[in-house]
Amino acid sequence: MDHAAVADPAIAAPRELLVFTLGDEQYGIDILKVQEIRGYEAVTRIAGAPPFIKGVVNLRGSIVPIVDMRIKFALGEASYTPFTVVIILNVMQRTVGIVVDGVSDVIQLQPDAVRPSPEFGAAVDTAYIEGLSEVGERLVIVMDIERLMSSAEMSLIDVARRAQTGQQQGGSINV
Amino acid sequence: MSQFHQVFFDETDEHLATMESLLLALDIAQPDEEALNAIFRAAHSIKGGSATFGFSDLTELTHVLENLLDRIRKGTLALTMPMVDAFLHAKDVLQALLATHRGGDPVPEDDVMEAKRALDELRADDCVAAVPPVEAAPVLAPVAHRLLIEIDVREDVDVPALIDQLAAQAEIATIQQGSEGGVPWVLEMVSELDEGEVAETLAFAVDPSLFRIRLEQGVAEEDGFGLFMGAPAFPEPGIALQEDGFGLFTPLETTQDPLEDEGFGLFHPLPGEGAPPAPAKPAPIAHAEKSPAHAPSAAAAENSIRVNIEKVDLLLNLVGELVITQSMLMQSASYLDTVEHERLHNGINLLQRNSREIQEAVMSIRMTPVGFVFNRFPRVVRDLAQKMDKQVELKMVGESTELDKSFIEKLSDPLTHLVRNSLDHGIEAPDVRLAKGKSPQGQLTLRAFHQGGSIVIEVTDDGAGLDRERILAKARERGMTVSDSMTDSEVWNLIFEPGFSTASVITDVSGRGVGMDVVKRNIQSMGGRVEIESMLNFGTTIGIHLPLTLAIMDGMSVRIGQETYILPLSFVLESLQPRPGVPHARMNPTEGILIIVECDDTRLALLVDDLIGQQQFVVKNLETNYRKVDGLSGATIMGDGQVALILDVTTIVRSNQKAQAQAAAQLVAEG
Repeated sequence: MDHAAVADPAIAAPRELLVFTLGDEQYGIDILKVQEIRGYEAVTRIAGAPPFIKGVVNLRGSIVPIVDMRIKFALGEASYTPFTVVIILNVMQRTVGIVVDGVSDVIQLQPDAVRPSPEFGAAVDTAYIEGLSEVGERLVIVMDIERLMSSAEMSLIDVARRAQTGQQQGGSINV
Repeated sequence: MSQFHQVFFDETDEHLATMESLLLALDIAQPDEEALNAIFRAAHSIKGGSATFGFSDLTELTHVLENLLDRIRKGTLALTMPMVDAFLHAKDVLQALLATHRGGDPVPEDDVMEAKRALDELRADDCVAAVPPVEAAPVLAPVAHRLLIEIDVREDVDVPALIDQLAAQAEIATIQQGSEGGVPWVLEMVSELDEGEVAETLAFAVDPSLFRIRLEQGVAEEDGFGLFMGAPAFPEPGIALQEDGFGLFTPLETTQDPLEDEGFGLFHPLPGEGAPPAPAKPAPIAHAEKSPAHAPSAAAAENSIRVNIEKVDLLLNLVGELVITQSMLMQSASYLDTVEHERLHNGINLLQRNSREIQEAVMSIRMTPVGFVFNRFPRVVRDLAQKMDKQVELKMVGESTELDKSFIEKLSDPLTHLVRNSLDHGIEAPDVRLAKGKSPQGQLTLRAFHQGGSIVIEVTDDGAGLDRERILAKARERGMTVSDSMTDSEVWNLIFEPGFSTASVITDVSGRGVGMDVVKRNIQSMGGRVEIESMLNFGTTIGIHLPLTLAIMDGMSVRIGQETYILPLSFVLESLQPRPGVPHARMNPTEGILIIVECDDTRLALLVDDLIGQQQFVVKNLETNYRKVDGLSGATIMGDGQVALILDVTTIVRSNQKAQAQAAAQLVAEG
């Protein structure tokens, strides 16, 4: 979607990031990947799925898997209250929900405001981190959510399907 | 006119297909008159259409073909096997030409010339002496017809634009301007096309009931069919088109064979020769006979519409939502008192019935008879058998079994492969068969039928069968780990390995070992599986099992722990709660409920906590947003908005079999 802007810092348009908290850290993700934010509701568990995949929910007719980032990265307390937040993402032509500790705000970021991340001990692997950004007093970790969600360790996508991107079926029928 | 091209292409496709199937079914010694007529009509319609749209290459070839066919059906030429071959070849070339016009690769000029020469030769061979030499007659002699055309005025018909289009191909003069007050347009047209051909052209743009065409008597000296004037049985010029249904104004008394205009005989009572060009008179008759009397082309166009598949899928999704909403309503209403809310309950029951009917209707849109795939095989088998000097009789059973449209398209390649294999490796040469005490003619059967929740398509031959020893030897040669204790079906499965071929001679038909693995992969990608049954010297049956991936299915909802799961009803035989006293029970099944399911002739009891109910479920794909999960075939949304997972009974039964087999093997190893 916004790949060109991500890859090319010369484009001066500021990016908008949705900031959420996970443990003590604040993470920013491209707001264009976010479909909506909703409360946590009961999921249907899937046998054999890793513990951080809570299950699937019905999102207006589509079956959407829910990933608890707190369990995945062993952060925070995985309790589910009426205030637990789920961010519904649109990545890789799929819809996936992630459970986080909280959503704070949306920030505007100049492309040159992202500094490369040092090898620090964040909970999230640096492979999925684009860089760091200082916003006022805060330090926001800019996360490449698409890469994270499509990675093998999230086991959200079949290996076979990762290679082929959504093929559209064409044709017509004679009725 | 380009907006009509698509219609022409589709129609021509249909005509070519008709032609092929009829040609293949022809009995050479005693050809069916009806069939010959139908073949001729198909050729004629293609010729008319292609001339109209200016596809002269199609026109030229069909013209030659049509002439031959005409003489055959008139009995002046005896039908021979080489003729049928030549006709089939011509049909192929026509198909290729058609593909070119659709934007495909151009057809080599030689192919067209070759086909034409073959037809010409046939004609020359049997030419009646009186017929002028064919070579001398230019293909499609330019002949002028003077036609009077009347078109009724209607708002949606842009006559001036139509005239412009016609003017591009013919000399046209407006005799009378049409107006809103019921005065029709009257045009005079001088062109090479005869009235039938012009009528077919117009039918693309104007409803056939709105126009009438009359051939001006005495002006047309000769028409395109005059080539064989000398042939004794050839009819007068101008009447060859009666069977088109546009023969309104042709002199009907010259009709020679009442069979010729089957289905169009309704026009008989019309005064033939002297039919006046007056607009009002024939029009109401044409209206009255509208549906039965239509030319095949027009009828096909009216009775079917081409719809983009995405629209149908959207419709299907919406119906899915409707079914969910309906079950939601039903669940809410089930808490209400039935007496007090009787009308509400009645309404909901009605809604349930209606939504089921809508759903069935929508599903049926996507369903296509498997005959669409089967239809190509008479030709394939015939050609291959000829090439390999084998005698094969093809039988097709269950062609009307309906299958999802998307499957139909994907099936054709794997099936072709299986049929080729059967012909090449399966069915033996006649002398070999005789030596084995079989009839020299091999049997190849294509069969389609429903079995439980799936559709099975079988390719059966009574040929040599698979040779266990040879397959095993070949597998060892390729360094695969095999043992003599393998079961037959395990051995047969070896042929699905990539690059595996036991064919001793590699032919251009098969034997290169590419294929069976592709067949298996293709079928698996559709969610199906391939099964082989074979017996040496008795034949082989290869069965393709496809799921009825209907988006909506009947299922039984069960509770396991706190979760609700759905069992497809097609697998469920019965459910029971055993009485205490079942020996060797590890868990206590008396507290739960056992559901007996059947799959692949294996029965299995599943222990669940509770039966919840039975209803229709909309199958949603788990893989859209997640991944494939073993043992689950999808998910659905329950009336309360919760997601329930659908159990994949086939996988569950199989994994159980595998576990059992392993346990048994371990026992053997230990003991």
